[in-house]
Amino acid sequence: MTVDPSPAIVVQGLTRRFGDMLAVKDLSFAVPRGEIFALLGPDGAGKTTTLRMLCGAITPSRGTVVIDGVDLRRDPEAVHARIAYMPQRFSLYEDLTVQENLDFYAELFGVPRDARAARARRLLEFSGLSVFTNRRGADLSGGMKQKLALACALIHEPRVLLLDEPTAGVDPVSRREFWRILYELNREGATILVSTTYMDEADRCTTVGLLYAGELIAAEDPGVMKRRLHGEVVEFVAEPRAAARRIIAGSTEVRSATLIGDRFHAVVADAAAAIPLLTRRLAAQGVLVRNAVAIPASLEDVFVSMIAERRAGRNGAGEGAHG
Amino acid sequence: MGEDAAVRALDLTRAFGAFLAVDHLNFEIPAGTVWGFLGPNGAGKSTTIRMLCGILSPTEGRAEVLGYDVARDHERIKARIGYMSQRFSLNDDLTVAENLAFYAGVYGLSGVEARDRAGEWIARAGLRGRERLLAGALSGGWKQRLALGCAVLHRPRMVFLDEPTSGVDPVSRREFWELIGTFAEDGVTVMVTTHYMDEAEHCDTLAFIFSGRIIAMGAPAEIKRREMLGELLEIVTPRYAEALEVLAALPEVREAALFGRAIHVTVANSQVALPTLREALAGRGVTVDRIAPVPPSLEDVFVSLVERRGGSAGPFPSPGDRP
Repeated sequence: MTVDPSPAIVVQGLTRRFGDMLAVKDLSFAVPRGEIFALLGPDGAGKTTTLRMLCGAITPSRGTVVIDGVDLRRDPEAVHARIAYMPQRFSLYEDLTVQENLDFYAELFGVPRDARAARARRLLEFSGLSVFTNRRGADLSGGMKQKLALACALIHEPRVLLLDEPTAGVDPVSRREFWRILYELNREGATILVSTTYMDEADRCTTVGLLYAGELIAAEDPGVMKRRLHGEVVEFVAEPRAAARRIIAGSTEVRSATLIGDRFHAVVADAAAAIPLLTRRLAAQGVLVRNAVAIPASLEDVFVSMIAERRAGRNGAGEGAHG
Repeated sequence: MGEDAAVRALDLTRAFGAFLAVDHLNFEIPAGTVWGFLGPNGAGKSTTIRMLCGILSPTEGRAEVLGYDVARDHERIKARIGYMSQRFSLNDDLTVAENLAFYAGVYGLSGVEARDRAGEWIARAGLRGRERLLAGALSGGWKQRLALGCAVLHRPRMVFLDEPTSGVDPVSRREFWELIGTFAEDGVTVMVTTHYMDEAEHCDTLAFIFSGRIIAMGAPAEIKRREMLGELLEIVTPRYAEALEVLAALPEVREAALFGRAIHVTVANSQVALPTLREALAGRGVTVDRIAPVPPSLEDVFVSLVERRGGSAGPFPSPGDRP
């Protein structure tokens, strides 16, 4: 078997303007075959616009998209045959059954009739929907709808998957199942580009692209990205939480303080110096400090701090609604 | 009802035909606390909230909100509560200030009151400078905060939030939760549903609902202590997809799932299982950077609670949970 060495997705200078607003600015990146690339960014950063340009749903103002070696502008049909695109609101027919929805998409994508039954069966099994083939779309739970949407998007056996926040509003159990399916597809050779607002999902991708105000401000292995934080992270477990937050966030030694789960993460220049200092300050104001330790930065710490640096650098000017 | 309970449910039940969407719920929400309602899609969360808001009547049992019966006094309840869901209705073609003015009119506030309160919310929610932007042009996080403002302009004593942060990025989600925290400080009671387990940690009390029944209730720390059956091992390996497959196939392993970049495995006894796990991974040539017992996260507990009951993505969604 020969492995095609060219990347599955190559994006160059991709730009999209809506009136006066530059939604996506001069984006360039490549996703090698077999990778899972996460597109991470605040709301309004341009994630959805980027995905829509990659699948050809909207035309770029400038720049090129090459998928599986095919230039999207030159041969959109050939690109469509190679990709699965799952938008945030995938249109399933509520009045059709699971099986009928799959049949409909098979027809739409021109899957040969003799191949349909076998593919549908495999996708249903894969997504754990085999026992629900006769259930109407309207009667599926949120997690099941997402799995059916994915199955429909895969009926033509695409090699590149473009998924726009596929797990938004899905409960933790269904989310785990959904990712199990993505992993299996990935192991079978699918390249996946997925936008997400879940940090744990981004953390397990091979590359994380951080999009901010239409620009790709970082794209690298999440492990490498986590080492880029300017400063060190101290984790506090302290009560009462409201008072602890006020004191930690109000300390000049602390660059940013965030509540993560039931603990506080404070980014400081020097953890060894800050821990005794902040612990004393908290205790003096009646806060019980259960634990204060230096920890490795999480992806969320890095995300929050990179965005805070960008915002501070621009003083919020010209950001408009896309803050 | 006691002075200190904002909500009290007594055998609260809602049937749709033969299907029990909400099945004899009993709970109390102390005034001024944040009460989190968790469960798979279709477990009955939205149906419960709709009954408490007086939009849907119970078919059995009863509930009181702020001392009023939901079946008899729903008009009084509606005037005293705030409600916001992921599908909140902002007028996209009105500005931020106009949306607030519109809702002030709906609640019958006088001109002066309306102006004061809108101004107050704009400052509190960090919307200053964005008053003249169209709601439709706001990104998800800003929209959410505006919608919350519209929902609480009449200063309700009780606020219901149904997946308010679905699909919102981590920075905006954190800002939103800081606003929720300020409600509790003012003595306002909050009932909130979410699929983000890190958010659930911020609640004073959590209730897990499954197939219409509450299956666990308590403070987050208490639930983690009590409801996690078995022990948790965390495994860090560069070849996590392969490791996951190996581990999931072992009879000692009850549940294996990716957690960020690590694998979390539930076993009956971690000391007993450890050598078997090591051996199985080594047998497939999977190198392990770290394998150690860890305290469970709320997400681990959620998955454990649901899977113990044989549920994946609740196969029977309640009609009330449909969009």
